[in-house]
Amino acid sequence: MNALVPPLLNGTAQGALLLLAALGLSLTFGQMGVINMAHGEFLMIGAFTAYLVQQVIDSSDLSIPVALPVAFVVAGLLGLLLEVSIIRWMYRRPLDTLLVTIGVSLILQQAALQTFPAQGVPVKQPGWLDGQLTILGYSWPLRQSFTIVLAAACVAILSAWLKYTSFGRRIRATVQNRDLAETAGISTRTVDRLTFFVGSGLAGVAGVAASLIGGTNSQMGAQYIIPAFLVVAAGGIGQLKGTVIAAWAVGVALSCFAYWTTGSLAQVLALILVIVFLQVRPQGLFTVRTRSLA
Amino acid sequence: MSTFSRRLRTLVATGTIVTVALALAGCGARAGDGTPGAESAAPSCVDTSGDTIKLGFLNSLTGGMAISEKTVSNVLHMAADEINAGGGILGKKIKYIQEDGATDWPTFAEKAEKLLTQDCVAAIFGGWTSSSRKAVKPVVEKHNGLFFYPVQYEGLESSPNIYYTGATTNQQIIPAMDFLASKGVKRLFLAGSDYVFPRTANAIIKLYAAKLGIQIVGEEYVPLDKDDWTTQVAKIVAAKPDFIFNTINGSSNVGFIKAYYDAGLTAATTPIISVSIAEEEAPAMGHEITGQYASWNYFESLKTDTNPKFIKSWKAYPNSSGVTSDPMEAAYISLYLYKALVEAAGSFDVDAVNAAAKKNTITFAAPEGTVTLDGENHHISKPGHIGRINANNQFDIVWSSDKFIAPDPFLKGYDWFPANVRDQLVKAAG
Amino acid sequence: MTKLKPRLSLIGIGVFAVLLLVVAPLVLTDHWLSNLGKYCCWAIAAVGIGLAWGRGGMLVMGQGVFFALGAYSMAMHLTLETAGAGVPGFMVLYDPLAPLPAFWEPFRSAAFTLLAIVLLPVIVAGLLGYALFKRRVKGAYFAILSQALAVALATLISSTIRETGGDTGLSDFKYFFGFVLEDPANRVMVYLIAAALLVVCLLVVWQLYRSRFGELLVATRDAEERVRFLGYDPATVKLVAFVLAALMASIGGAMFVPIVGIITPAEIGAAASILMIAGVAFGGRASLFGPALGAMAVGWGQSSLGSAWPEGWTYIVGLLFIVVILFLPKGLSSLLPRFTAARRSPGEQPAAGTAAPELEAVQS
Repeated sequence: MNALVPPLLNGTAQGALLLLAALGLSLTFGQMGVINMAHGEFLMIGAFTAYLVQQVIDSSDLSIPVALPVAFVVAGLLGLLLEVSIIRWMYRRPLDTLLVTIGVSLILQQAALQTFPAQGVPVKQPGWLDGQLTILGYSWPLRQSFTIVLAAACVAILSAWLKYTSFGRRIRATVQNRDLAETAGISTRTVDRLTFFVGSGLAGVAGVAASLIGGTNSQMGAQYIIPAFLVVAAGGIGQLKGTVIAAWAVGVALSCFAYWTTGSLAQVLALILVIVFLQVRPQGLFTVRTRSLA
Repeated sequence: MSTFSRRLRTLVATGTIVTVALALAGCGARAGDGTPGAESAAPSCVDTSGDTIKLGFLNSLTGGMAISEKTVSNVLHMAADEINAGGGILGKKIKYIQEDGATDWPTFAEKAEKLLTQDCVAAIFGGWTSSSRKAVKPVVEKHNGLFFYPVQYEGLESSPNIYYTGATTNQQIIPAMDFLASKGVKRLFLAGSDYVFPRTANAIIKLYAAKLGIQIVGEEYVPLDKDDWTTQVAKIVAAKPDFIFNTINGSSNVGFIKAYYDAGLTAATTPIISVSIAEEEAPAMGHEITGQYASWNYFESLKTDTNPKFIKSWKAYPNSSGVTSDPMEAAYISLYLYKALVEAAGSFDVDAVNAAAKKNTITFAAPEGTVTLDGENHHISKPGHIGRINANNQFDIVWSSDKFIAPDPFLKGYDWFPANVRDQLVKAAG
Repeated sequence: MTKLKPRLSLIGIGVFAVLLLVVAPLVLTDHWLSNLGKYCCWAIAAVGIGLAWGRGGMLVMGQGVFFALGAYSMAMHLTLETAGAGVPGFMVLYDPLAPLPAFWEPFRSAAFTLLAIVLLPVIVAGLLGYALFKRRVKGAYFAILSQALAVALATLISSTIRETGGDTGLSDFKYFFGFVLEDPANRVMVYLIAAALLVVCLLVVWQLYRSRFGELLVATRDAEERVRFLGYDPATVKLVAFVLAALMASIGGAMFVPIVGIITPAEIGAAASILMIAGVAFGGRASLFGPALGAMAVGWGQSSLGSAWPEGWTYIVGLLFIVVILFLPKGLSSLLPRFTAARRSPGEQPAAGTAAPELEAVQS
């Protein structure tokens, strides 16, 4: 078995999960400048939604496909609630949104700890994900390919939505020049709300994927937030393709380091790698061309 | 900027002088002025005059460790209620003060000091992680207090102020290795979380494995807060072990079991033996955990005279999680052990309690069987059991030690443990 | 600005010093004095955060890194002092015959340790800050990067058990530069050193805030481009503030060790850094006393409210973030001028609507 195959394949899957977690952030951070530190907790809400859906629909073959849209809507609505109640007052103070949402994340974590069994809840994997694919002599868990397919589908739908629908055009217009978009008659308030809904909803979808990989408990969201932000930053603000490439690169780096060194060292090396990359190229992989001075 | 920097210099200089002057003004004993220790501790402020006695319970109720520690905290409350219903300790009702360690080890130290010096409790019960125990240890030693620690741990420690009611390594790790040897295991893989218990346990496992002729084919650690084990499991698959020794803790276990299952490993081909998965943790792992082994001193399925009552009281208890498990049972023991110690001593005084322990006659009819306290090392004797997880997330007991295993935290009775290491450790432990 | 305000602040520092150094040791029990010492350590780090974030606009979410540099330098020295000539006990198990790791050896010397507590953060923050500010990394990028660095360091320490004590950290110190730590008189002394250092830090920032540098720092925060056009290099201004903040965090960390008796990676990671930020935001990020008092208030809240109502305390910290940032961006200190009707100091945040956008695309 080639020593490159397992880390490359698993790294791609790990990158896909990171991408799912980062997609929503890329929208809300890149397009609105809001730094939502509670994004990880929306992911947790998505995972708990998957569990709750499984309590209603017994067959796990069916419940996970059902849970995906439900988690999207539940997390999206909570995101909308956050936007309407708190975030909208702070659009001119991006760093402060970061702090406010830290508060929100602390509250959501504690609420989840007290609502659900402290040890976490089981989310059953659908039967059609049992088994492995044999690739170049390596039995690759089928579940890993599911994460990749899911991430690819989300990216495809999101980019098509941004490109071809009128809402998507409005979002892009608002990103490129908020004032001009407003002058052209676009309600940036509506656009903001919708963006936040979609961004948070994507975290919910990521949560369903994460519930199949690790534990579903009150602490699960915290491990994704920092890597997801680094991915968004490394990819470049508001750049979908940048986010995709950065997530893949971080995932593969994590997995390769973990394969060749140790699990702990891999986390450290991957973080350092991104930090160094951002020193060299602080604007990320891709940038929106603007005439801004700074 | 020159005037500015001159002013700054004056300022800093003044500050330094003030600091040094203050430091010298307040100085007390220096090294070599005599032995520091219990003698210098202020006299105990524990109030034993009334008809109640204050005890402190200290566990993380918030933060990451609350996941595990909440149950221990609840079962301590239950034990206190039971003891009070039975007349209390030396006729005094327990009045417990619950503190939150908040998954932060300095907070454990602070709260332990508060319980001992502000609330004047007679003893403290709780803790879970080794870090929390190590944070509390200097505090109880300084104030000559008592701390009862209820979780299996890495051993190699003893303190006159701590009683350990969970297993030390020779009561959990070594029985597990004996079990593996009896199964004819030749190739073992070690998977653990990256902290002190797995690292120490694995260091001991490697020494014992060499003696047993078991080959260690790999060793992997992942940080406690990371769930994704897929890459590490790929390494396990490549190493082709007969058995996996799992010292992973917390939610990371769920990720490990899922990755293991998805890689096509099964209990039939490559079984796992765990030391941190009990009845409490198993449900969160779903059906993937069925058929795997765990090494503990207590299982809910254990058939003893005392176990049914314990299970019944816990299931009826308001904050119950519904199942009983080893760490809970050890916490339950800790309070009753304290009761037995105080009643043998006839006093709540720490030195009297320790003197009573020294007689080696303190026993308690625990749910796991009648345990005996070792007055020298402050650990208790325990039976070793290996259980196999069934579809109801209960354990079918497949192996038991032939008798209760006497606690041996420094592994003095095991010739494969290097004597020079032991000597150094004993010396370091004081 | 009138001459009155700085004088008032100086008197305030004086009163604060008397309260901390004279009144507190007389009225507080040993336990609360040691708690107050711990809050002082956080407050020292918080003063630095106030300087870097409140005045300089750099949201330093990774002060845990510098806190750790000071704390671990001190802890390694105290561990070696306790262990005597041998190797610390926790190292023995993993490799009984290996010598002390090379980087521990110099910490046997008290002078080297004190030097390291001061120089390590200056060097690390200097290099890091130089790289970041020259590349004009700022706003949210800076915040996330600094936090990622703290997480990386905490993970690294957790995974190097033999070298650093890992997740369990370093604890059980018996001596502090030759003084027996168990002796109550020595504990008062350690507290007094921490409290005095806090007063010194307050004096330093008081002096900085009324200097030309303080004005430049605020100007850089509010309009970096204009400062550049005026011929100053904003990177240098920010670097100085960042290094000073790092130094203060390191000093706070170093004093934390003898007072609390344990240091673990948990004090470095995201949660610890966030709690410090909460204190600074609560007290008033740009004011002189706000950060220190805010950090002490949060520490006190954790000790007292956290005891009375643990679950509730978590909700309170969460709500604190939301309510204070939403309604009182200048913290509690902004309530004071409303009563005294004092003049706006230049250090306060400009009105929200006119704030320069902090999140700007960085240009290559």
